[in-house]
Amino acid sequence: MLTKRIIPCLDIKDGRTVKGINFLELKSVGDPVEMAAAYSGQGADELVFLDISATIEGRKAFSELVERIALRINIPFTVGGGISTVDDAAVLLRAGADKVSINSAAVRNPFLISDIASRFGAQCVVVAIDAKNVDGVWKVTTHGGSRFSDLELFSWARRAESLGAGEILFTSMDHDGTCSGYACAEYSRLSQMLGIPVIASGGAGNADHIMEVLSPSGGNADAALAASIFHYGDVRIPDLKRKLEGCGIPIRM
Amino acid sequence: MIGIIDYEAGNIRSVENALKRLGADYVLSHDTDILSDCDRLLLPGVGEARWAMSELGKKDLIGFIRGTQKPLLGICLGMQLLCSWSEEGDVDCLGIFGNKVRHFRSVLSVNPGLKIPQMGWNNISSLKTDLFEGVPDGAFMYFVHSYFADISEDTVSVTEYGIPFSSALRRGNFMGCQFHPEKSGDAGERILANFLKI
Repeated sequence: MLTKRIIPCLDIKDGRTVKGINFLELKSVGDPVEMAAAYSGQGADELVFLDISATIEGRKAFSELVERIALRINIPFTVGGGISTVDDAAVLLRAGADKVSINSAAVRNPFLISDIASRFGAQCVVVAIDAKNVDGVWKVTTHGGSRFSDLELFSWARRAESLGAGEILFTSMDHDGTCSGYACAEYSRLSQMLGIPVIASGGAGNADHIMEVLSPSGGNADAALAASIFHYGDVRIPDLKRKLEGCGIPIRM
Repeated sequence: MIGIIDYEAGNIRSVENALKRLGADYVLSHDTDILSDCDRLLLPGVGEARWAMSELGKKDLIGFIRGTQKPLLGICLGMQLLCSWSEEGDVDCLGIFGNKVRHFRSVLSVNPGLKIPQMGWNNISSLKTDLFEGVPDGAFMYFVHSYFADISEDTVSVTEYGIPFSSALRRGNFMGCQFHPEKSGDAGERILANFLKI
């Protein structure tokens, strides 16, 4: 049976992780390769690396990092952050990433989705959508939630799918950072209307939140992404997976 | 020496990385003289079946692959190319295995909610052959595919996604797996290590 996926997300700046991971007792805290290997060893199903570098040197360091990660770990990983052209995607995929995640650039130019999909396959295009609920309408934002676009979440997700997105990664900016749970109703709706996998992101504070967003009666998402609860050791992946399995959610043990 | 059959089949970086992790020497080539000198062959593949068959044809690799006596492992599209026919582009493939390859949409009438592609970790079971030595029945492998091979007498691993399908095939020296062993954690790496011993 196809399992639900647990995906830790790491923010990378200038080739280094931004937040240290306390609980893994790594020799070199801040080395993304060591963190990736540790998460992989703990049973993470996939990893996401987001480049938040602001400089050309930082971005170059990121693609070199992607090569080192690809050489070290034997599970799939997605990279994102600042990908705005097919060439940007090509550099990272050639470096060994399995998928690229595109966000603001796809809002600006939706055909970036089809351009990358037709060149490298839909399976490697993750369309990340950040949205905020404004008077009952989920408005799509760009630049990390700082700017509103004219798009609405559900119609944009559907369009992204029709342009060739392989997965949708929706982050509720209303839930992100609150540790109060995911936007389950929205994931449930996305999951029902789309024929491609939906990744939930934003709001995880404990294992129950992840269970709720993956459960068929909750968010019914295909995968749950989280950062700080894993990094700070609030939730350990082996414990989380045992709990999910015990509750009947298909998971890779 | 392992020969990775190079027909510009998309991202083969992950296969190369897995071989490096296993400490195996490999060469990437479409030159049949070089490939003939290899002990084992890998047919990777991410892409579209009709296009891939046409690339193999252009590089005069079809006869070479069909005739090789060396252990050969096809991965993902590489496995599908070893089958008799693919619905993807309605193309005749290499015909090593008699299986036909169909799109998962053919399963939608009985499983309307099925998401396509299948993307993620799924079990392999009913495992046969030494390719799976040390790999427990029910082990999880990483899949990304929209097309699947039906079940036949060559099926050596079964996976279910809306329908039971062949997640691995074997006939003599020819082997294929639908999943990506190079992306399937330690269990996947074990399968590649087993292949290196066959």
